[in-house]
Amino acid sequence: MENGSAIETAGLIVLACLTGSMLLAFYRLVKGPSLPDRVIALDLIAALTVGVCGVYAIVSDQSVFLRPAIALALVSFLGAIAFAYYIRKGGTS
Amino acid sequence: MTEALTILLMGAGTAFMVLAAIGIVRLPDLFTRMHAATKVGTLGASGIVLALAVHFDNLGVTTRALFVIGFLFLTAPIAAHMLGRAAYFTGVPFWEGTGVDELKEAGDGGGSRASGDPKSPNAAGEGASRESEDPH
Repeated sequence: MENGSAIETAGLIVLACLTGSMLLAFYRLVKGPSLPDRVIALDLIAALTVGVCGVYAIVSDQSVFLRPAIALALVSFLGAIAFAYYIRKGGTS
Repeated sequence: MTEALTILLMGAGTAFMVLAAIGIVRLPDLFTRMHAATKVGTLGASGIVLALAVHFDNLGVTTRALFVIGFLFLTAPIAAHMLGRAAYFTGVPFWEGTGVDELKEAGDGGGSRASGDPKSPNAAGEGASRESEDPH
């Protein structure tokens, strides 16, 4: 039980760090001078959310939380590709 | 042992994630920010998902975790490449310290780089030579 609580404590610290990182990425999403800046920030937020799903699966000891991580990895790739086409065709920010 | 490895991988992944977030705020232009966000962010997410695989020690979970990692490593470079190319050709301004433009020297068929928006501060010689017409 002692090890389990160690993992839980580490997981909570890690979740706090990931939340701070998400706030930093959100700052770039709001401020970013061009549209690709915002798309990159969104991509990083998706990767951070995959990380949050993984850490929460470890902390709560339930492996189902891996499934939203899979879905999110797939969808964020499609979103980035769609935005790249949009920017390439001359979309404005 | 498993717990220590889980905590180690989780901490390493989170350190990479925090570095990616700091980089995306602190770096000076789009292309360097892209460098921070895609590479380091992918590595961080992969570390955390690997920690999950180690923690559960289960064939199904490990397979799915490896699927996530493989998918991240396949798609993140493609997305970053397409975004960077689109941003380059639509004229997103470089950082003033950028000295090399190999895509312009290669002169491939993707079209020429549009001139950056006029309110962006271009460094004098660098910006002028970058936006001049191709000689051929």
